Amino acid sequence: MATAVKQRSDVILDYIRPRKKFPSVWCAGCGNGIVMSALIRAIEKAGYSKDGIAMLSGIGCSSRMPIYFDVSALHTTHGRALGFATGVKFARPELKVIVITGDGDALAIGGNHFIHACRRNIDITAILLNNYIYGMTGGQGSPTTPSEAFSTTTPYGNVEKHFEPCDLAAAAGATFVGRTTVYHAPQMEKLLGDAMAHRGFSLVEVVSNCHTYFGRLNRQGDAVSMINHFKEQSVPVAKSRKMSPEELEGKIVTGKLHEVDKTEFCDEYQRVVDAVQGRN
Amino acid sequence: MTDASPAGPSASKPAAKNKYDYTNGPPPLSINMAWCKACNICIALCPKQVFEPDRDGKPIQARAEDCNQCTICWVHCPDLAITSNYK
Ligand SMILES: Cc1ncc(C[n+]2csc(CCOP(=O)(O)OP(=O)(O)O)c2C)c(N)n1
Ligand code: SF4
Ligand code: SF4
Ligand code: SF4
Repeated sequence: MATAVKQRSDVILDYIRPRKKFPSVWCAGCGNGIVMSALIRAIEKAGYSKDGIAMLSGIGCSSRMPIYFDVSALHTTHGRALGFATGVKFARPELKVIVITGDGDALAIGGNHFIHACRRNIDITAILLNNYIYGMTGGQGSPTTPSEAFSTTTPYGNVEKHFEPCDLAAAAGATFVGRTTVYHAPQMEKLLGDAMAHRGFSLVEVVSNCHTYFGRLNRQGDAVSMINHFKEQSVPVAKSRKMSPEELEGKIVTGKLHEVDKTEFCDEYQRVVDAVQGRN
Repeated sequence: MTDASPAGPSASKPAAKNKYDYTNGPPPLSINMAWCKACNICIALCPKQVFEPDRDGKPIQARAEDCNQCTICWVHCPDLAITSNYK
């Protein structure tokens, strides 16, 4: 199958553990794989070495992603990936630390870790695969399940309000925040690259399709129709600034939403260490 | 490879549709059928309708000559099953 001439599209195969783990466990058409593909290309483009990357995750379908990567991977406990990642980054600040998390993993059980990682502005890139539902455990509602949407725990429609992960992250102190969808694969690759290049805590929310549960329970059809629906719902951030809140109802605003420069946690810690030692 | 193209667009020969000529080289893409899960994403998103599904729903490059290497199919394949032979 493989051709003699190596092409750029082949880089994908350099970053995964093909003999061990493929085909992936994900359902046919699951958006998680589209994110994995974009992340590989973003890493390759940035030129990070495989040994220089630590990739961590919690529990969930999305959190299966690091096991496919040929990098140092840590598949941790539900909601706790950012806690483990804080330890990894603090002990080995030279590593590029990437966390893969789901909406349930990051915002329900892991909500506290999430806001405090943002607050500390530690140099970690968190990629939140938001499929609006708990995929792995069979379609229960999550903190991002929209009001009135159906899940196995909201059989009459969700009566709760939902979190906007990007707003939450920016308010909690994250210094880079962006959103995209699995339809926007080239934009996703660029946004992931920019997030990884940013020094400080970066969050990229990727709206993704769990057609198996969210799609089926909400009559949004298969993977293709969900992905096309994301395209129709999306508005680039520049355009969104000229739209009223009513016009933005139900829209997905995509692109870099927030970036500020603030001291990073490990840098600040080192500064204090140097100052204290200098005094001795 | 099956030639599923009806008499029509691809019938007239010289009018080059894009800068790629596949007549003497490999097909536009390599598709790893062992990893493909027949999700239909590549088939549905290809702007040039290059693919036809086989019996299992997996993509066949039925109109290979129409592929302009836009990358859409392989950047959206969730199973890393498509690579380009030209890009
Ligand atoms: C402490 C603990 N509580 C609950 C679970 C069960 N559990 C596994 S995955 C999951 C939710 C996953 O949802 P999400 O993070 O949105 O990921 P997805 O599967 O949708 O990608 C839950 C509740 C667990 N594994 N550990
Ligand atoms: S259950 Fe949903 S999130 Fe999990 S692999 Fe299937 S489509 Fe993806
Ligand atoms: S590269 Fe573009 S034109 Fe070629 S098969 Fe893929 S989607 Fe179609
Ligand atoms: S997108 Fe990938 S997995 Fe889906 S049908 Fe095409 S080759 Fe197969």
